[in-house]
Amino acid sequence: MDEINGFAYILGDDINTDDIVPSHTLTMRDPHEMAKCTLEFIDPQFVKKIDKGNIIVAGENFGTGSSREEAVNVFKILGIKAIIAKSFARIYFRNLINVGIPGITLNEWNENTFSKGDNLEISLDKGVIFNKTKNLKVEFAKLPEFLTKILNEGGIINQLKKKFSK
Amino acid sequence: MSKTVAEKILLEHSDLKEISPGQFVECDIDLIMVHEQLGGRIHKEYEKLGIDYVWDPNKIFFILDHWVPAPTISAAQMHQDCRTFAEKYNFIHNIGMDKGICHQVLPEMGFSRPGMLIVGSDSHTTTYGAFNCLSTGIGATDVSVVFATGKLWFKVPESFKINFLGELNKGIMSKDIILKIIGDITTKGAIYKSLEFHGIESLSIDGRMTISNMVVEAGAKFGVFLSDNKLENWIQKRSKEKYNIIHPDKEAIYEKSLEYNLSEIRPMVAKPSSPGNVEGIENVEGIEIDQAFLGSCTNGRIEDLRIAAKILKGKSINPKTRFIITPASKEVYIKAMKEGLLDIFINAGAVVTHSTCGACIGGHMGVLGEEEVCISSTNRNFIGRMGAASSQVYLASPATVTASAIYGKITDPREVL
Repeated sequence: MDEINGFAYILGDDINTDDIVPSHTLTMRDPHEMAKCTLEFIDPQFVKKIDKGNIIVAGENFGTGSSREEAVNVFKILGIKAIIAKSFARIYFRNLINVGIPGITLNEWNENTFSKGDNLEISLDKGVIFNKTKNLKVEFAKLPEFLTKILNEGGIINQLKKKFSK
Repeated sequence: MSKTVAEKILLEHSDLKEISPGQFVECDIDLIMVHEQLGGRIHKEYEKLGIDYVWDPNKIFFILDHWVPAPTISAAQMHQDCRTFAEKYNFIHNIGMDKGICHQVLPEMGFSRPGMLIVGSDSHTTTYGAFNCLSTGIGATDVSVVFATGKLWFKVPESFKINFLGELNKGIMSKDIILKIIGDITTKGAIYKSLEFHGIESLSIDGRMTISNMVVEAGAKFGVFLSDNKLENWIQKRSKEKYNIIHPDKEAIYEKSLEYNLSEIRPMVAKPSSPGNVEGIENVEGIEIDQAFLGSCTNGRIEDLRIAAKILKGKSINPKTRFIITPASKEVYIKAMKEGLLDIFINAGAVVTHSTCGACIGGHMGVLGEEEVCISSTNRNFIGRMGAASSQVYLASPATVTASAIYGKITDPREVL
């Protein structure tokens, strides 16, 4: 995957799957309809505030709760390019990679590291986030190679499809 | 090298000779559970693969439980998609919508046995850890990977050893134990870890399931109990299949060791809006409630209904409070009926529903309105979990929920037992 560029959008700690996609949305037939409800319970204006190409920068335990992969897919629909968090809930992290959104664990960051709208450039291969706005380089633990490979192939379904078509 | 239960089971399901925590391994899956997610994202993702089979239709357990019977047209359509998929791929264990909640029905039918590696399209799949097996939740795409290949990658987890001493006092339940643990280690304290429970003999199988069910609220990947005679008797009544009891090695390495004297546990309550926001009952007593809910994969078992009936017998629900009781399965429902528990509930003013996940997820059968307060035996009290965004959910044991329903405010069950 080439470098990922985008503007930071900041979220807090313990953003859970029910926050991201409330259960009343789960029987919706159209994923785009569901995406319109993203985070509606904690910020009804979220969908209006977010831009295609944003990078979410969040606190601890991002995606805690349910296994609902819709909670990743809505961010894909909204055009989120990557999610940086201090920690991820286990199922959520797997879902991110599987769907093809890089999940980057950065144990420590504060407002001196990232603020809303900062222009970020992420290199998965190097394990570096370059905050162009703040002229700051932050290193993170690189993903295992097999996970980077899944991301490079656009998610695990694409990867598996190639295997089966051989 | 000495091993924990999680390390042993993952090793046995891999083709490696040795594994250690932090390592990534590919494992063979013994069983996969799917529910309505099949008609959500799973079927759409799976159809992209362009294959016309699943790896083993005999190792898939498919049940409808979240929205049954369908409360809306969209839920009904989702069920149709589920059924179409199950028929197309010749699922053998097509359980239907009348049996109850997945995490209760699957063990009742003898599908969770010691030594197995089970995954499911639901985060509370950790419940089967009560049966000395490894089980955990996965998302829709991972389900598709297992359907296609029968394999999945795992990161070998570090383990926490949690040792219980003594016995619970009257009116205290395993829900109080797991709330206490989550309060202590926090909702992120066990991310990616396997919790291994020792000193389990005094706990019922129902109670163990409650604890394994909620380990995911502390972030854990597995919540695995050791085995004892009680478990083997339970399994032998429900399955003729062989099983492989897994004990940890004496020298197994644990990242943390915690010990709880069960006689010191008191009723615990998780305040809104996190299962980790845990207090002793004394700090929340008296908070007025609009609804009490007893049910779900956490606490809708016969033991839970029995204590509720014991507390309710000869009493009535507070007229300002609604009490909704949802048995976790048809088997539990029938038992409760035969034991006369349903009479007690209905006569006291409770509403008894068929088995479903409905109220717990704010789906149907007990959805909360704006600003309403509910005390619930379920597992999550996130914002809007059971209904309106401004509603509030307090998590507690079946005993505390029932005592609170009688008084219309959060009540210590020890006062009414």
